[in-house]
Amino acid sequence: MNIHEYQAKQLFKEYGVPVQDGVAVKSEAEFDSAIAAIKGDHVVVKSQIHAGGRGKGEFVDGFKGGVKFVKREEAAATAKRMLGNTIVTKQTGAAGRVVGTVFFAEAMNIKKEFYLSILMDRASSKVAVVASVAGGMDIEKVAEETPDQIMKMIIDPDIGLQAFQIRKLAFFFGFGDKEMMKQFKAIFSGLYKLFIQKDCSMVEINPLILTDEGNIVALDAKVSFDDNALFRHPELEALRDPHEEDPKEIEAGKYGLNYIALDGNIACMVNGAGLAMSTMDIIKHFGGNPANFLDVGGGANEEAITQAFNILLKDKNVKGILVNIFGGIMRCDVIAAGVIAAVKNVGLTLPLVVRLEGTNVDKGRQMLAESGIKLTTADSLADAAEKIVKIVAAENK
Amino acid sequence: MSVLINKDTRVVVSGITGNTGTFHTRQCIEYGTNVVAGVTPGKGGLLFDEKVPIFNTIADSVSKEGANACVIYVPPPFAADAILEAIDAEVPLIICITEGIPVKDMAIVKSRLIQKGCKSRLIGPNCPGVITPEECKIGIMPGYIHKKGNVGVVSRSGTLTYEAVWQLTCLGYGQSTVIGIGGDPINGTSHLDAVKMFNDDPETEAIVMIGEIGGDGEQIAAKWLKENCKKPCAAFIAGRTAPKGRRMGHAGAIVSGNSGGAEDKIKALLDANIAVADTPSVIGETLLKHWGKM
Repeated sequence: MNIHEYQAKQLFKEYGVPVQDGVAVKSEAEFDSAIAAIKGDHVVVKSQIHAGGRGKGEFVDGFKGGVKFVKREEAAATAKRMLGNTIVTKQTGAAGRVVGTVFFAEAMNIKKEFYLSILMDRASSKVAVVASVAGGMDIEKVAEETPDQIMKMIIDPDIGLQAFQIRKLAFFFGFGDKEMMKQFKAIFSGLYKLFIQKDCSMVEINPLILTDEGNIVALDAKVSFDDNALFRHPELEALRDPHEEDPKEIEAGKYGLNYIALDGNIACMVNGAGLAMSTMDIIKHFGGNPANFLDVGGGANEEAITQAFNILLKDKNVKGILVNIFGGIMRCDVIAAGVIAAVKNVGLTLPLVVRLEGTNVDKGRQMLAESGIKLTTADSLADAAEKIVKIVAAENK
Repeated sequence: MSVLINKDTRVVVSGITGNTGTFHTRQCIEYGTNVVAGVTPGKGGLLFDEKVPIFNTIADSVSKEGANACVIYVPPPFAADAILEAIDAEVPLIICITEGIPVKDMAIVKSRLIQKGCKSRLIGPNCPGVITPEECKIGIMPGYIHKKGNVGVVSRSGTLTYEAVWQLTCLGYGQSTVIGIGGDPINGTSHLDAVKMFNDDPETEAIVMIGEIGGDGEQIAAKWLKENCKKPCAAFIAGRTAPKGRRMGHAGAIVSGNSGGAEDKIKALLDANIAVADTPSVIGETLLKHWGKM
């Protein structure tokens, strides 16, 4: 789960990490009071979306830049151009994202910029820290072009963060003197504590800055959480921004379904993530285009399957449905009951191809055969994919 | 021979009285697996289905029933604790089926697994389990799709493994052992660990490796196979059409930045003389052609 910069900064403050402070607003009526709360002649106006590349982003109406450094008098007008507008950055895709929140922040004197992130590292199965003296830039590009400017450090969460590790990072950044070391120690311990306590998958500051006054401050903040650990953090639910997520994906999550919207017209319902991805791949292989990824998981019951159909059908591009189930933990009779109930309840009229295999398959197939509902059965994955692609192509000539 | 498990394996089921645990324990017993004990804290002394003794702790099942493999079905908030309990009881083989364990919990588990003196190997989590056909089935895979034979199968995905196994069986080729290593970013056993076992197993004559987007486990295994393995190998990588930056169901299936993409993996596999199936429906066929059997 991702959150906005202003929310991440709030968390940073709770953990004693100094940030470029500001006020986030969701409506034009709040602009003036928000700007009044910012000190200085200049204000930084920042679009809040869950994607990077905002600074170089462009709005669909031609307005350039999702992050602007402007004179205090121009702040409200600038924010007006952003709020409700759609911004396209290199991370949003062509459709872009609608800006629902604008963050007014104080302007800061930047002496030097750095990069700092903490993440779960699958290669070492431990926590990794990535630091760079080239801040404010695309870290992947820095890693590729000037790897000597990057330091990677591993922290074993079983032992915890050690003082020498903080020193190592501080010296790398050039925060060696006593006063700077003290500041950095508080910042890094706070970040690590946040990372561990809130089950983050990543905490990233780009850039972390040193001001002319000698203060180390997080100018930006990005935090994402491990979805598997959200059950331990009910307080994080309040930070979720439903506008940043596909409503179909949120709905699916409520029923334990894993749904990701894509741009094709063949909906698929599969059990197991690997098989669901492969089903997308094979639809494409036969010349079709998948409308979604949907893994109904191992624990789905009849109701969840009905809901899965409802969610698939909310996508108006869908012209046909492929159900591909290889039952292990998921029993074919449960899927069959769900399919039958769903077709009846939803009043499905679109072409439906069903391929069942695995635990209780005979019972499942028999239930489908006796139900009297209109569907095409398939006896292999290739057969199923080929059939649905052909049917959809024939009906939409 | 086979790898990891055989007809002599003595299985303890952690979470035996839960819905999933109960259903799949019955299926495993029916398949012929020697389930010697179950564990549900607070239900020690009772019998599961009037025949399998239930204990309060995994350690009890080891000392009283000689369990040497532990399968875990407990829900995500308690699963890492169950794995740590099995490690503490020195169970040689731990298979964790549970999906959705927090990554941080798994990082702690992994740190214990690689500690000097650790006597356990973990398979999973978020996996279908391990089966040596016609001898021992530990996990949630449907038994009937398997057949005794000489192909070793290792996979990050559950149902996609069934797909591959079923193809092999339909083509008349059985399996020595099928290992589901799971779809999480941090797991106990890697593709590399599994192919090394298959390489050392005289009964395994050919290998199928099934991977997916995210991480670089397949590339590491491919590199090792190129230098060390003479047995024919075929592979399939799921997720060629997956969008970047999205977590495709499995916590580990995500293409982030420039790493973990399907094309890189396929390139590494081909470079290691591993035959790569174009679609998931020709995995069996691809192996047999490469093996000279078709």
